Parts: sequence; structure tokens; C-alpha cells
Amino acid sequence: MTMPEQKPLLEIKNLKMHFPIKRGVMGRTVGHIKAVDDVSLTIHQGEVLGLVGESGCGKSTVSRCIVRAYKPTAGKILLYDDAGGAVDLARIPEPDMLPYRRDIQMIFQDPFSSLNPRMTLRQIIGEPMRNYQICRGKALEERVAYLLESVGLRSEHMSRYPHAFSGGQRQRIGIARALALNPRLIICDEPVSALDVSVQAQILNLLRDLQAEFRYSYLFIAHDLSVVDYICERVAVMYVGKIVETADTATLFKDPQHPYTAALRSAIPQLNPRLRQLPVPLEGDVADPANTPAGCVFHPRCRFAEDRCRHEAPAMTATSPRHHARCHFAGELNLSGLSEPAATA
Amino acid sequence: MSDDAPKKAEERQLTASQWQLIWWRFRKHRAAMISLAVLLLFYFVALFAGFFAPRDPARVDAQFAQAPPQPLVFLDKTGFHFPPIVYGYVGERDPKTLRKFYRVSADDRHQLRFFVRGDPYLIFGFIESDIHLIGTEDPQLPLFLLGTDLLGRDMLSRIIYGGQISLTVGLVGVFLSLILGILLGGVSGYYGGWLDIAIQRLIEVLRSIPTIPLWLTLSAALPRNLTQLQMYFGITIILSFIGWTEVARVVRGKFMSLRNEDFILAARTIGTSRFRIIYRHMVPSFISHLIAALTLALPIMILSETALSFLGLGLRPPTISWGTLLDGTQNLNAIALTPWLLLPVAPIIITVLAFNFVGDGLRDAADPYA
Repeated sequence: MTMPEQKPLLEIKNLKMHFPIKRGVMGRTVGHIKAVDDVSLTIHQGEVLGLVGESGCGKSTVSRCIVRAYKPTAGKILLYDDAGGAVDLARIPEPDMLPYRRDIQMIFQDPFSSLNPRMTLRQIIGEPMRNYQICRGKALEERVAYLLESVGLRSEHMSRYPHAFSGGQRQRIGIARALALNPRLIICDEPVSALDVSVQAQILNLLRDLQAEFRYSYLFIAHDLSVVDYICERVAVMYVGKIVETADTATLFKDPQHPYTAALRSAIPQLNPRLRQLPVPLEGDVADPANTPAGCVFHPRCRFAEDRCRHEAPAMTATSPRHHARCHFAGELNLSGLSEPAATA
Repeated sequence: MSDDAPKKAEERQLTASQWQLIWWRFRKHRAAMISLAVLLLFYFVALFAGFFAPRDPARVDAQFAQAPPQPLVFLDKTGFHFPPIVYGYVGERDPKTLRKFYRVSADDRHQLRFFVRGDPYLIFGFIESDIHLIGTEDPQLPLFLLGTDLLGRDMLSRIIYGGQISLTVGLVGVFLSLILGILLGGVSGYYGGWLDIAIQRLIEVLRSIPTIPLWLTLSAALPRNLTQLQMYFGITIILSFIGWTEVARVVRGKFMSLRNEDFILAARTIGTSRFRIIYRHMVPSFISHLIAALTLALPIMILSETALSFLGLGLRPPTISWGTLLDGTQNLNAIALTPWLLLPVAPIIITVLAFNFVGDGLRDAADPYA
């Protein structure tokens, strides 16, 4: 993949999303779930950025903050226009979101619950264009037909309801809906994890082809690293509400700097037995986002944890210009990458 | 948009809307289908009550007070009759109690005719007519297929006219419940917060009040000098006073669960307005459940009206409803001597059962995507 000119499209700065825990009849707040805690990320124009992490680490919350399903507790979400000006999506009032929603569209994980079963394809895919009064009547119909064809569906099926389609086809419908407004950023929230493996590849290829043709930017959320490896140029790894490492995909897989990333990577099945390595065991459970451990959030599960890790939260450190890790020992640990297989022939 | 696919039937299934899917599933519920037909027939008869009722329900035939039902006779020793005949009455006096009573006597026959001219009535309140489905050639001759009441009014005609009130009081009540319930339940579920807490507590308080005393109090509070129509609407409002709470709870629950559905979030991300999300995405996805719930609530309304009117606190004569017709059966004498006065119970039972079956069928068919 080529490196286009790196103009920022969306910049997330110190984003926090804390959900209050309410108890009792009066709904007293007894604590907070820190679903997203101080996340900073930049998505460039035309870039495919992966966001990976275990279930419950806050990936989806980040995406839902960007589309303002939630109003973030703190932080900025800056959406840049072509001239370089920016607007903070985290702070503008809900009614004023309308013009910006157009720029950011979303593809959902579950192709069954994300389509209204009571609307035909024509209505589902036509609705965004109707909302923004882009076209109507015959022109709308033609545009819906065009969109259906471009995601690999037959345009004569637009009178059908979603129940007429399989999971993979429904996901294509969801993609067509997301494309309808010609967005600048498409958030793919685990778009293939609910699909059969054979269908996964089709959908991934479709997303990649569309990206190559129209230079969309994707924020691609996944928990399957092989999927991320296939489609993303750059990856951010999340753990309990925090970004722990960001790097170009190839670098990340070859030379992880955070012990958590190394553990994730070792879980990818490797076809070549020469490249197989011993799994890096991850002990213990994911930290509770309502009650995060002091110091580094990862320290209770980290093989390399030292005293410092238990008291002092690490900052994001750069090991190279495009590679950052949130670890006190970034660049110092031997987290053997693929280039140094642990099992020698 | 036409689709020329050869497999028409399959295409029909694939392009079927929610209501078509519901209808296809409902159709398979035999009891519900029969009940639906019965209900449609009842409403049709009530709509054209003047035509189906043999007489004016208010017409007093004092000489035939408390007359027993006259059976329709198709076949007797004089041969086969179509249209059927009825036998006339012979008045007698009980030698012990000296009470006057009537007996049907085969000596006196009256030939019946279809579409005869009889008592005048109005269709839809403004079209004058005097054609009745069945009647004697001379409208002065007695024709009391279900007997007469204490004043000599025809029970059959009164039951048919009573259906006009009893079958619709529930509908209007349910409609009011629906409006109130969707409004308050929707606000409660969509906005949440203290408004939700307030509405939910109000519902709990309302539901904890025993219904009969509450209704009695409310109807006692209605002024006595209301017209029949005002009284009718007063009663529907009283009936929906409790009914809306159930609807509001269902709607609130649906709103809360729908709010977190992906397709609602999807609608927001494509710029759908809040109002359109509610009426285009949320309401259509629970309205069928609501209709099923309301169908099951209708019989309760009908029974409540009957109960209130029976106790003399609902509608009052001269308004005719199934409840007010039963008003005359409050003493044992009436039941012992003129059991046919209890006949309005039959349509009540049939209607209630039919609504229950239809409600069951609708409930099973309500969510074709489950």
C-alpha cells in the first residue's frame, strides 16, 4: 500500500468516556466504568487504521463516541475539513451534528440487528439521501440501484426486505447504506466477526476494493488480528480503555514493543511451522474498567512487571517516528517477533 | 418497480411487508380466524342495527309485557314455512298468584316476511328507512323472538342496539388508552431520568387502587344531568383511566430496548431526525405487539362497562347497552320468572371469548421476525 500524503482527517485527543454506576432507588452514583480512558488517535485521509483489543476494552465505545451515540466525558474529537479547519465533535450540541454526521458513517457488527426489518432495501439505502435531500424519486431509485450494484447485490432486489437476505448479503446492504452519503470516514465496527469465514473474506475484499477505488478512510475495529493484518495500514492496540501501542501493521507484527501486543500476536495461528512460536501466556483476567489497578493497567498480567509498573502509569513513548508504546520498558524488552522464531528447526 | 422473476410466489415472500407476514401467520390460527369472522359479523349487525332489529327498541307494547320468546317455526303440522312463521301469544293469569303471563299458542300464526316495512329508523343517524330484515306483515302483530322486558319492549332489538354501545365503548376506551399510553410511555422510555421515575411511580399508584371502587368514585363524580352521549364518553374516559398504564409500560419497555438497537443508532448516523426515528423506526417495530395487547384489553373494557352499568353507575336507561339491559335482572324474581332477560349475557360472553382468541392469534403473529 502506498503512503499518501498524511493529512489528518480525524484527531481524537485525550478522549474519556466514563459511565456512572448507579445504585438504589435514588440512582446514586457509586462509581464509574472507565470504558475509554485517555485515548488519543489520529486517522489520516485515505488511511485504514485498525483498532484491536479484547472484548470490553472500549473499542466500540470509541467508535460510538465518534458518531456521538454517547457524549464523551472529556477530550476532543476533531474533524478536519479539506482546508485544514477543524470542528470538535465531542462538544457540539446534538442538533448541530447533522452536517458532520454525513462525513462519518458506520458499518455494524451484527448484520441482523443493524437493518430495520420493516423497511425495504430501497427505503434503507435511500433514507440517508432522503435525510440530506440529495435526491428523490427516479434519481434516488437510480442511486440506490447503483449502490446495490457497487456492493455486489442485484439492483432489482430493492423491493425486498432484509429477511430475504443472508448474513453476508445483509452486511453488503449495510455497506451500501454507509456509502450512500459519500462519507470521508467509515467506521467499521467488527464488520466481519459475525460472518462465516468464507463470507468474511468476500466482505473484506469488498471493503478493500472500495477503499482502493474511492480512497475512503476506515477506522477498522476488530479483535481478529489476521483480519487487521489483511486490511489495515496502521494499527492501534487497546487495553482496558487505553491505547497501549500504535504502529504500522507490518512493524507491529514483526516488532511489538508492548508485552500485551506480543501476547496478542502469539495467538494468531501460523501456517508455517518454522515460524511458529511458543504462545506467550497471559495470566489472570482483564482488569475491571470500574476499578483499574494502580500504575500500568496491564501490570497484573505482565511477565516483565517490576515495582515501577505497580505505582507509576507509563506514558506513550516513541520507539521510532511511527511506532509508539505505552510501556516503561518500550524498546528494551525482547518480545521476539516473527523474524526470530522461538522454535528452531 | 416490477420484477419479472419466474418464481412469483417466492418473490412475494421476499418482498412481503411486516403486515403481510403477520397476516399470513395469523391466518393459520383457526380459532382466531373464526373469532375474527364472528366479531366482524357482530360489528356489522351493530352498525346496521335498525335493519337487523325487528322493532324499534324503545317501542313499548304494554299488552305484551314480560312475554316469553317466540320460536321461529319452519315446520309444523300445516307444512313447511319459508319465511318461517311465529305463533301468537295467549294471555293467562296464574290462579294462585293472580300474576298475568303469556303462553305461545299454536292456534294463532303469523307469517313472517323478509325485508318488510316496520318501525322507522335512521341509518348512520341520518338516512331514514323502515325496512327490516324480518318482520310480520302487519307491524302491530307481536314479534318477540327473544321475549320482552318488564315494559314489553323487544329484547332482540334491544340486544342488537345495545351492541352499538357495548361493542364501541371498549374501542373508544382502548383508543384513548393507546394515545395516552404511547405518549406517556414513549416520553418515559425515550427521555428517561426523573420524568421516567415520576411516570412509573404514578402508574404504580394508579394500579394499586382497586378498580371497582375507583370506577364507582369516578362515575359518581360525573354530573347527573349529562346527555347520553356525554355519559358515554365519560364512561370511556373512566375505563381508559387504568387501561393506559399497561400500554405505557409496554411502550416504555420497547423504547428502552429499541434505543440500544443497532438499527436505531444506524438511523442516527445517517442523519435521521429524532422525530422520524420515533415514528418511522421505533413505533412500527412495536405497534403490532401493542395491537395484540390492546385486543386482549378490549374484553376487559367491555366487561367493565357491563359491570358498571349493571351496578347502575355506568350508563343508565334509556341508553341501551348490554350492561343496562342486565340492570333489570338484579332481583331473583326476574331470573325465576323471566329468565330470557338474562340473554344479553350471551353476546357478552361470545364477544369476550372472540376478542381473546383474536388477541391470542395476533400475539403469536405479532413479531414475524422473531
